[in-house]
Amino acid sequence: MLQFPIDRIASATPPAIAARVKGLSDRAIAWLFVAPSIVLLLAINIFPLIWTIRLSFTNFRVNRPNAQIEFVGLRNYINILTDRDIWLSMQATAHFLIWTIVLQVLIGFSLAYLINKKFRGNDLWTTIIVLPMMLSPAVVGNFWTFLYQPQIGLFNYVVGFLTGSDPSSFSMIASTSLAPWAIIIVDTWMWTPFVMLICLAGLRSIPPSIYEAAECDRASKWRQFWTITIPLVLPFLMLAVLFRGIENFKMFDLVVQLTGGGPGSITELTSINLKRAAFEQWRTGYASAYAVILFVTVFGLASIYVKALNKVKKR
Amino acid sequence: MKSLLTSSALAAGMYIAVSAAAASSAEAADLTLCWAAWDPANALVELSKDFEAKSGNTMHFEFVPWPNFADRMLNELNSGGKLCDLLIGDSQWIGGAAENGQYVKLNDFFDKEGIKMDDFIPATVVGYAEWPKNTPNYWAMPAFGDVVGWTYRKDWFARPELQAEFKQKYGRDLAVPKNWAELTDIAAFFQGRDIDGKKVYGAAIYTERGSEGITMGATNALYSYGFKYDNPEKPYELEGFVNSPGAVAGLEAYKKLYDCCTPPGHSDAYMTEDVDAYKSGQVALQMNFTFTWPGINADANVGGEKSGYFPNPAGPDGVQFAQLGGQGISVVAASEKQAEALAYIKWFSQPEIQQKWWKLGGYSALRAVVEDPSFATSQPYAKPFLDSMAIVKDFWAEPSYASLLQAAQKRFHDYVVANQGTAKDALDGLVKDWTAIFEDDGKY
Repeated sequence: MLQFPIDRIASATPPAIAARVKGLSDRAIAWLFVAPSIVLLLAINIFPLIWTIRLSFTNFRVNRPNAQIEFVGLRNYINILTDRDIWLSMQATAHFLIWTIVLQVLIGFSLAYLINKKFRGNDLWTTIIVLPMMLSPAVVGNFWTFLYQPQIGLFNYVVGFLTGSDPSSFSMIASTSLAPWAIIIVDTWMWTPFVMLICLAGLRSIPPSIYEAAECDRASKWRQFWTITIPLVLPFLMLAVLFRGIENFKMFDLVVQLTGGGPGSITELTSINLKRAAFEQWRTGYASAYAVILFVTVFGLASIYVKALNKVKKR
Repeated sequence: MKSLLTSSALAAGMYIAVSAAAASSAEAADLTLCWAAWDPANALVELSKDFEAKSGNTMHFEFVPWPNFADRMLNELNSGGKLCDLLIGDSQWIGGAAENGQYVKLNDFFDKEGIKMDDFIPATVVGYAEWPKNTPNYWAMPAFGDVVGWTYRKDWFARPELQAEFKQKYGRDLAVPKNWAELTDIAAFFQGRDIDGKKVYGAAIYTERGSEGITMGATNALYSYGFKYDNPEKPYELEGFVNSPGAVAGLEAYKKLYDCCTPPGHSDAYMTEDVDAYKSGQVALQMNFTFTWPGINADANVGGEKSGYFPNPAGPDGVQFAQLGGQGISVVAASEKQAEALAYIKWFSQPEIQQKWWKLGGYSALRAVVEDPSFATSQPYAKPFLDSMAIVKDFWAEPSYASLLQAAQKRFHDYVVANQGTAKDALDGLVKDWTAIFEDDGKY
């Protein structure tokens, strides 16, 4: 008699265990299966979150184990929200976030649109374009510091070659006006392929029959692009924006390697600022409040965005 | 019969050998020493072979690159980690490590073993071993004397055409600068100059933002121009000392040097970047800790007669100080092998070991070594090292040193590199930051 694997497993279950399981409802069995995941989630996500919220109302410093921990109410939150440097850091993060998303969406979608056309070497080009996102951000940050080096850097050389200026006359990393763009360029170089891949998935999910119908109706290519391609790819594009937005809001490694938050504090994004408060100044309570504020911000924005995304999907 | 006897003897011999090995392995310990990953650490590995041979203990080493050294090691101490039995920690950590019980207090051990702090260079005892400062409470033994000094291209300075041009321009000889103004002139003289078909620059100085770089650099100008950490009569009174007119002028002098005379893109440079700039023949002057000097002296491109060394120059009023570097060796309180770790310190304190330490490239802080008549002439950099050690001043070593340091890093980098505000703004801001930190610490 043909037995399914599940039947074989059932018959192989020791009678003692089988008897015990037999008495359980489906719901209880389901809980039994998800319980390890829930316990793990509580232990490594929920508990630290609750603990962080608790610490955020204290003056606790992890490097002073013998000091008295005092409840300070909202003082940490007030200090953070009234600190000019924190707002400058938020501003730097917003600048980085907006420009990287704008550039990555524009370039990523354009690349996806081109790659979606059938041409020779299509797969090879896709692989080449995707390569940067396979690298470690720390490695990317490190080698771009060499590319940006004013005397030997390829980037400066190319700019010098194209503009006729002296390559060593400017420094992308040392200049306060160029450094914010230096990190945007590198992040765009690295993560545009990710946006491209998601857009490509969206473009390939559009049934050719829709375009064929539009052709029959004598719709122009431009019209097809705006009324078929864009609306159908939009949910994918929005998903890509969500992923990149969350990622770049907590951007750390790439920028630390590239600029270390400098010059001065021009590229000191909130995550770098937070790390300094938590693990260089050891202001644990303060840093916890800072982390809670960032968490609420990103969670709130992401929730609003997801609702918008769902609306777009339903259309 | 003979073979039976031989076999029995062999078996007995093997049993004795195995038993002895087992016994010795039960007594021997695996000790881990933590330090920064740099040239002196390699010399210490070499030196420690003697300890291993004499004690039977096995030494392991955990060396962390400088930019991550403080993060990594302070995390280790704060979490009560048992990774390190011995730690050669930065001088500024001593306040926190002492007050939080992270280091073992060494007074009783020193008394018992006859190790006297009077035998070490006084500045290193205050800087690396004592907490509170200037009290006989010892948490470390001076292990590695270090201080910021300068390296210069002696061969370039000696060129007749450059000497003549310099004299014509500045009315004095192209020689080791006596003060910061002269140093800046020399750096400006070399900036952008063509030497042997290569464009060179004035000076490689500390500008690093992430850890402690720009503070370790800027303080050299600040000290010599009259900056003080607080009122000598009233501790923690900062106003008028941190932001005194002299201090403002000192920070301006540092910025002037950065603006006029550093290589392009030198905005995040610390020890490694400065050494690289100097060894590659890019700069005429280099600010760096003296630990780099043996490596420079031995370098194929710039070593030997091509380089000279001098202490940090004086300010306009002749006041001359230099930023203290270096570290003391401590026993970590969380270690389960404290007895063996103390044995290592005892071994390390011996004059013959300290002598060997100097020969291997480690800067001994033992007076018997550095006051030996042959010391000053033993290496071309020995005398400048001694002169520099005589003028040291250190950053805060308070338990809150990390917060104090980060505030300084931000204020100095914002002004010097990022052109934000004035020197007065930067130092006024620093007074505000440091006052808030000390208020938090209950110092007022």
